[in-house]
Amino acid sequence: MAAAAAARSSMGLTLRLSRVIPDCRSCPLYRFKGCVDNTAGSQRRGSFDNLRTINRHLQTSICLYQAEEGSSNAEDPDDVVNVVYIDRSGKRIPVKAKVGDNILYLAHKHGIDLEGACEASLACSTCHVYVNSDHFDKLPEPDEREDDMLDMAPMLQENSRLGCQIILTPDLDGIELTLPKVTRNFYVDGHVPKPH
Amino acid sequence: MSSCRLLQSELKLWTSGRSKWTRGLNEGIGWSGKTFLSTSCCPKVCIVGSGPAGFYTAQHLIKARQDVEVDIYERLPVPFGLVRFGVAPDHPEVKNVINTFTQTAKHSRCSFYGNVNVGKDVTVGELQQAYHAVVLSYGAEGNRRVGVPGEDLRGVYSAKDFVGWYNGLPSCRELSPDLSCETAVILGQGNVALDVARILLSPLDILKKTDITQPALEALAESQVRKVLIVGRRGPMQVACTIKELREMVNLPGTRPEMVAADFEGVPEALKVVRSERIYGRSLSAVADLPRPRKRLTELLMKTAMEVPGDKELERRKNATKIWGFRFYRSPTEIFADPSHSRTAGIRLAVNRLEGSGERAQAVLTGEVEDVSCGLVISSIGYKSHPIDPSVPFDSRRAIVPNSVGRVHQAAGLYCSGWLKTGPTGVIATTMNNSFDTARSLLEDVDSGTLDISTAKPGSQIVSMLLEERGVKPVTFSDWEKIDSLEMRKGEACGKPREKLLTVEEMLKVART
Repeated sequence: MAAAAAARSSMGLTLRLSRVIPDCRSCPLYRFKGCVDNTAGSQRRGSFDNLRTINRHLQTSICLYQAEEGSSNAEDPDDVVNVVYIDRSGKRIPVKAKVGDNILYLAHKHGIDLEGACEASLACSTCHVYVNSDHFDKLPEPDEREDDMLDMAPMLQENSRLGCQIILTPDLDGIELTLPKVTRNFYVDGHVPKPH
Repeated sequence: MSSCRLLQSELKLWTSGRSKWTRGLNEGIGWSGKTFLSTSCCPKVCIVGSGPAGFYTAQHLIKARQDVEVDIYERLPVPFGLVRFGVAPDHPEVKNVINTFTQTAKHSRCSFYGNVNVGKDVTVGELQQAYHAVVLSYGAEGNRRVGVPGEDLRGVYSAKDFVGWYNGLPSCRELSPDLSCETAVILGQGNVALDVARILLSPLDILKKTDITQPALEALAESQVRKVLIVGRRGPMQVACTIKELREMVNLPGTRPEMVAADFEGVPEALKVVRSERIYGRSLSAVADLPRPRKRLTELLMKTAMEVPGDKELERRKNATKIWGFRFYRSPTEIFADPSHSRTAGIRLAVNRLEGSGERAQAVLTGEVEDVSCGLVISSIGYKSHPIDPSVPFDSRRAIVPNSVGRVHQAAGLYCSGWLKTGPTGVIATTMNNSFDTARSLLEDVDSGTLDISTAKPGSQIVSMLLEERGVKPVTFSDWEKIDSLEMRKGEACGKPREKLLTVEEMLKVART
């Protein structure tokens, strides 16, 4: 999935090179104010013919991606948040993340099998995760829109959240996120068969 | 992989003697008699249908094995199925999934072939000969008929066609729905019904910034529809829509809700139930509360229908010019024509009561009827799959391909995913899980030897030859990107994300440039 992330960033470059600037609204960097282009967002759409503008976007995005990669390796102890993903086969995958990381994109960066169909825009439930009880209460209350989308997720539990809405803070150190097992061995509507 | 590349260039030299080299190809032997394909070459999988089911199945296969090659065939020149033609224009974030699908399509081991009608241009049997496995994921293009007199009158449409019309599905271009009446009745209370209601009543200011088609926008600008009733057989606790869509209706600018209080009898009590069971003298408090999704949905419905709103909301409702509401416990029995124009004038609804409760409650006729005047009836009671090839098993009662976890019954090497596999319900996430399951079944079969990949298969090479002979020219993914670019440029000019091309001819013309 790291390859997928690289593919995605190169895709972003390709789109820009072919003068098709993707919609920023759904990008987590834009939404969480991590994007330099945020303030200039509304002006970008019309500048197809301004090569200089496009070049600036190109440089901005390259720098952003490089910056992202760079800072995740720098281990400022105050910044580091330890996260454990438990994948669908039960395997524990510890990950060193940093404050401000988004659980969905962090998973992608580390090759973990968490889909994000709507790209963090609260329009699907594919990034559904279970949060361990110790940390569940430390998360801010979900937006009504997140609850609405969670209602559509199969195997909904008390400790369900959407991964794209979890942003790491220092007090979430040690958080564990379990991917729901939605396979044919488990009933999609959450029904638990009675033992017979 | 390099041996496959070599194969490609060698094949181009062959122009005749098709049957001879077809046989030869299957045996892995070249024209000159040399064996040029090694045994156990890359497993080749063909997927029929390029909607979410097709793309998610492809994604999973490609990720799971480094040697799998996937070819996706699509009848239209454009990919993405219901993501393009079903998702409402005012739900652009749901369409973000197209970025994921685009990544898959551009993967080196994935190829897209649009403008190919499987069942007509090439048979499933021919695909099975060319590939190690074929996955059918062509969804549900038909709709369930209501089955009442008057269903074919002018002014009566299926939601499938109505949605196809405002989303630019080429086959629905000529629908020209009659929007010159005041009241519209929608049969069915699922998300598609709510989408239709919302599009009928949305302010033009909102719609004109979406990718809704230009003809639909113009028709809606002239629309006289001011009241939309969303009719269901059962009660408030059985509505099939989800809370996001209901909230959108509640918050729709310029509209106000209007429902029948009597329809909500018994609902407040049902919301508060905590059942305790007495078994063998002991009281077991099973918190048999409603599941959270149903509870939240019903609470919102109750609040909208029954609660006296605050001042601000009261003011908003007073200024609203359009009305919408659910009507419960009603089943259509007949649609009436206006005698002079033979178009829709009204609908007769039988009154029901419920037997049982919860999801399994059944609607039972009471004998009473109610007539509603309306000029537009849209039936939104479900899509339906069709069989596309007589050689493929098809369960006509359930309108699906009979299967076990995606493995088609009595058909080795044939799989299905998406709505064709499970029936036409569920959102993109549901289809995603469904498709991953089918991909897993296929991979399991490869690992266990049930699916034999020891003999090399020619894959798209042979299919391309067959199509060329039959005068069919496939549209590649980069051809689609030309269409995509043009649509976005045209949209840019009028403040929309894209202006869709509306005919297959136009699409093909752009694809060939």
